[in-house]
Amino acid sequence: MMKPVKFPRSLLLLPLLGMLAGCNMVVMSPFGDIAAQQRDLIVISTLLMLLIIIPVICLTLFFAWRYRAANTAATYDPEWHHSTRLEVVIWAAPLAIIIALGAITWISTHKLDPYRPLDRIDAQRPLPADVKPLTVQVVALDWKWLFIYPEQGLATVNELYAPVDVPINFEITASSVMNSFYIPALAGQVYAMPGMRTKLHAVINQAGAYNGFSANYSGAGFSHMTFTFNGTSQADFDAWVAKTKAGNTTFDRAAYLEFEKPSEREPKRQFANVEDNLFDAIVNLCVKPGQMCAKDMMHIDMMGGAGKESHENREKLRYDTRHADEGAGTNAATFPAHGNDARSPESPNQEQPHAAPAENGMQGHDMGNMGGQDTHGNPAPEGEGGIAPKQLNQAN
Amino acid sequence: MSSTPLDTKGEPVFYLQEDHHPENSTLLGFWIYLMSDCLIFAMLFATYAVLGRSYAAGPAPADLFDLTLVAINTAMLLFSSITYGFAMLAMEKNNKKATLGWLAITGIFGLAFLFLELYEFHHLILEGAGPDRSAFLSSFFTLVGTHGLHVTFGCIWLVTLMVQVSLHGLIPENRRRLMCLSMFWHFLDVVWIGVFSLVYLIGVVG
Amino acid sequence: MFSHLDTKSLIFGRLDLGAFPIHEPILVATFIAVALGGIAVVGALTYFRLWGYLWKEWFTSVDHKKIGIMYIVLAIIMLLRGFADALMMRTQQAIAFNGNEGIFPPHHYDQIFTAHGVIMIFFMAMPFVTGLMNFVVPLQIGARDVSFPFLNNFSFWMTAAGAALIMISLFVGEFARTGWLAYPPLSGADYSPGVGVDYYIWGLQVAGVGTTLSGINLIATIVKMRAPGMTMMKMPIFTWTSFCTNILIVASFPILTATLALLSLDRYVGTHFFTNDLGGNPMMYVNLIWIWGHPEVYILILPAFGIFSEIVATFCGKRLFGYASMVYATCVIMILSYLVWLHHFFTMGSGASVNAFFGITTMIISIPTGAKIFNWLFTMYRGRIRFEVPMLWTIGFMVTFVIGGMTGVMLAVPPADFVLHNSLFLIAHFHNVIIGGVVFGVLAGFNYWFPKAFGFRLDAFWGKMSFWFWLVGFYFAFMPLYVLGLMGVTRRVSQFEDPSLQIWFIIAAFGAFLIALGIASFIIQLIVSFMKREELRDLTGDPWNGRTLEWSTSSPPPDYNFAFTPVIHDHDSWYDMKRRGYTRPLEGFRPIHMPKNTGTGVILAGLSVALGFGLIWYMWWLAALSLVAIIVVSIVHTFNYKRDFYIPADEVVATEAERTQLLTRKA
Repeated sequence: MMKPVKFPRSLLLLPLLGMLAGCNMVVMSPFGDIAAQQRDLIVISTLLMLLIIIPVICLTLFFAWRYRAANTAATYDPEWHHSTRLEVVIWAAPLAIIIALGAITWISTHKLDPYRPLDRIDAQRPLPADVKPLTVQVVALDWKWLFIYPEQGLATVNELYAPVDVPINFEITASSVMNSFYIPALAGQVYAMPGMRTKLHAVINQAGAYNGFSANYSGAGFSHMTFTFNGTSQADFDAWVAKTKAGNTTFDRAAYLEFEKPSEREPKRQFANVEDNLFDAIVNLCVKPGQMCAKDMMHIDMMGGAGKESHENREKLRYDTRHADEGAGTNAATFPAHGNDARSPESPNQEQPHAAPAENGMQGHDMGNMGGQDTHGNPAPEGEGGIAPKQLNQAN
Repeated sequence: MSSTPLDTKGEPVFYLQEDHHPENSTLLGFWIYLMSDCLIFAMLFATYAVLGRSYAAGPAPADLFDLTLVAINTAMLLFSSITYGFAMLAMEKNNKKATLGWLAITGIFGLAFLFLELYEFHHLILEGAGPDRSAFLSSFFTLVGTHGLHVTFGCIWLVTLMVQVSLHGLIPENRRRLMCLSMFWHFLDVVWIGVFSLVYLIGVVG
Repeated sequence: MFSHLDTKSLIFGRLDLGAFPIHEPILVATFIAVALGGIAVVGALTYFRLWGYLWKEWFTSVDHKKIGIMYIVLAIIMLLRGFADALMMRTQQAIAFNGNEGIFPPHHYDQIFTAHGVIMIFFMAMPFVTGLMNFVVPLQIGARDVSFPFLNNFSFWMTAAGAALIMISLFVGEFARTGWLAYPPLSGADYSPGVGVDYYIWGLQVAGVGTTLSGINLIATIVKMRAPGMTMMKMPIFTWTSFCTNILIVASFPILTATLALLSLDRYVGTHFFTNDLGGNPMMYVNLIWIWGHPEVYILILPAFGIFSEIVATFCGKRLFGYASMVYATCVIMILSYLVWLHHFFTMGSGASVNAFFGITTMIISIPTGAKIFNWLFTMYRGRIRFEVPMLWTIGFMVTFVIGGMTGVMLAVPPADFVLHNSLFLIAHFHNVIIGGVVFGVLAGFNYWFPKAFGFRLDAFWGKMSFWFWLVGFYFAFMPLYVLGLMGVTRRVSQFEDPSLQIWFIIAAFGAFLIALGIASFIIQLIVSFMKREELRDLTGDPWNGRTLEWSTSSPPPDYNFAFTPVIHDHDSWYDMKRRGYTRPLEGFRPIHMPKNTGTGVILAGLSVALGFGLIWYMWWLAALSLVAIIVVSIVHTFNYKRDFYIPADEVVATEAERTQLLTRKA
């Protein structure tokens, strides 16, 4: 993976972090305007607080030395324990700094709210009136990333392309557990949560390949849940879109259902076509045919529920037990925590059997390539690439 | 330092010659415990407030709750609070028999309350509206069930105390315990009023 | 469908041979070591016929001093376990590069970091501060015991029972692989079906009962049991901070209890509080757990602040500067700690105004905290500072803690938090305040009050060794993590791809090694001090020229603490007494009313372990049986009305005469 080259602006920090200038502190020298402003905040707040921290540390050490027991020359005043003037200073000095910092916080939190559309490209350039932001829909899965480009109608796995100096609107969700979508060089992180749609607005100002990853622990495959964020020129981006669209691979609901099963170290790949409204279905937990969408459920709930005779809705809404249900019938409902072998080396999900050999036509699964029960949890050997790619190839 | 106690010779006194009897802390301690318990209920109420309208395309309070039954149930608990009050009055008059009698009546009301509540739960689960049906029902069963569990423990405690009072009489220890149970019982009553109005009334009417 | 309901699962639930980690060499070796150690200890206790002594004098004791000491022993044992986890993490992260998977696969590594967090917070830091509060507070307020002595014993054993459940998970089954706060949906039944999260839940629930009850107990003690004359504003600062801490405990642990109960309902009954489907809301868990979690941080740090206040005043030979503002600062921190919980998840997508509000309330906490630092600073001003070991820890704290405070305020700026959240910068920050604040605090307190508890001082040389290893080790171990956080490295990762990170992890591992030497020095200090105890003997009961009441009695104090209840005129009351010519009374002793020991606490806690174990492994018969037994034992306990006795006057006379002799020997 290509590392971002050192950015000269980190020189700003030399007085503070002189000895560390040599190492690659991407948070302190990012390449996106949002991350750069966040970096500036770190620097400003540090400097503000050093105003009080440095005197305190120096005074501590000085007093400790000056009033050591051996130094009988120093004044000793065992009864001195109050001074209104000092007390005022003691409370006022931190207060003053916190007022300053609080003002900065209030303003910057609103200005850098990840939900707020950008109003500038970088410190020097305001947002051109005619710019069309790029929309990317992000799905965090066990344990890989899916990126959907709704406007281009394509999808990628574990890699992300975006043109330089064009605002990017991320819409973020997850398939099973909480993750956090984070590209340090680009902008701060936002949680990716199942059934929720979070947002992030950002822009990349310099071409390059940057690291992205999940910043919230999500289970066994978490360490390898990384992706590459490629900032490219607009021309390169257009070329990449054209090249990808030239393929004939499709990422549809069936492919997603297979893809969302736990797997690790998925290879990067692109899909020329992506089913319409797939992201919407993912957010609403209703990719599987026959599943009721969360928004429909909420609508019913708002209208006062569906009454007593609504048992079928429960089955249509069950989501968390989906992997277990596919394998061994209805055990999951009866025994919420299945499997006796608690200390098996695989992922949390492996205990749920996936053995059903028959095709499940409705879900479009071809499970023929699943050799054993515990394929999902095992780190896939390099090159083989886990289950999903094969499955997807077959789908085409 | 103005109030320094001095001894007869005008020297300050640094220790007590006589025994020091700090006030008994039991009631304070029990009161603090009740507040911590109250916090648990506050949490469950908050949970209900957040999830109480997530019916998961299923039944809502208006479909499920039988206000008549709940009203009878509420009456049981309120009556039990009153009869507990009578028990305490009898205790003040040092009337062991009357105390035990009122306690027994309180216990019967408590059991009746529990019986009705279990009947309601049973009925709901048979209808397919169990705690696993929706987040609303999860929080409903948990809030009401936690209250019911408290009443159950209150009843066990009540019986224990009745045995102890009949064995040892209204000695100070037993009076203190009756006082604690009294606080507990009335506390459960107050919580139930919250449950009745916020869960049942607002659920069906509001 | 009912195949699970055979005889075997009726008896053993889901426990089977697979639950025993016989294929994991590290665990097998650990088990053998623990088993051998255990056999040695049990053998020695049997050989020296100490069981009866331990049972009668310690396990069933309701003496707050002994219970305090047992808490601290538990904390030190759990420190060793938690630190072993830390060493394993540092080793793993230092070597897992370039495709090297290190020594732990993820399923093992994930248990280690979860266990490390849970153990260090709940079973190291909490028992340590609770132990110190238990030991010191009644002595500082001139009381003979706490308000509810039996409850105190029960609280301790419940804490120990929770710790026992966590320790059992090491060898039977597994521990949670979720991180120390077990966020759902990951910790829900569908994504963590094994026993790990259940161990987590029941371990914490059992210990939580003990913590809450102990909080209630100490509040009642401080409110009701103070010696005559000790108004609230004459209480020693440590008592004040303990008071606020226990209010925080009582007002926050029920939230944890309720939250974990909801999580366990999700796991056991199939409710939908925190599931993705059927209306559940995992974000609610995150909110609830942090509404408990943030006050918890202050539960740990406030007593440490109290300890430093006592130590600074004593070793500077000077009254604490700004007593009143110290008290107000403590109370303000106590209240504000409930208004900041959302800063743990700014990145969840709350609006800017919500984030800014919680960011600013967080910063406001730094004002009273800053005032406290200045108060300690100006206590040193014009003092006569004796650099005994407790004072060294205090100065180490003051320098280290302000750095952690600074990075904490940085994290409180929401946009800055977006880039630092969940990174190793965050890890460095909270270790900076927890080690630099809490651990330094309890170790300072340990050195400070040890002579009071055991009658001899701790060896200063090894104490200083321990301090310097800890201090230097801390900086080596955690400064690299700040750097790594700024390099964009996130927490809980077990394998890395970027080789440029490795050098920092190696430095951090070296720091952990230095801290290991610090802990070793601490243990050597205990052994050496025990061997040299005659030389280090404290005859006066006042080895440091102390200022508060605990130093007015003998070391160790008699069972009844004070033969006569002291009367208080001023704060720093012992200093006041010494200054104004207090003479120790030598006659007029009277019988002293004391609570009786009881074994009920041990029994109830043991049954709680069985209950937890039954629930974890779905051995329903065991769970039901232990629950019934718990209820029966509790009821039977209430039928015992004879819970106290009198220490006869001549016994008091004898004890006090012994002390008179010691004092003359000194003179």
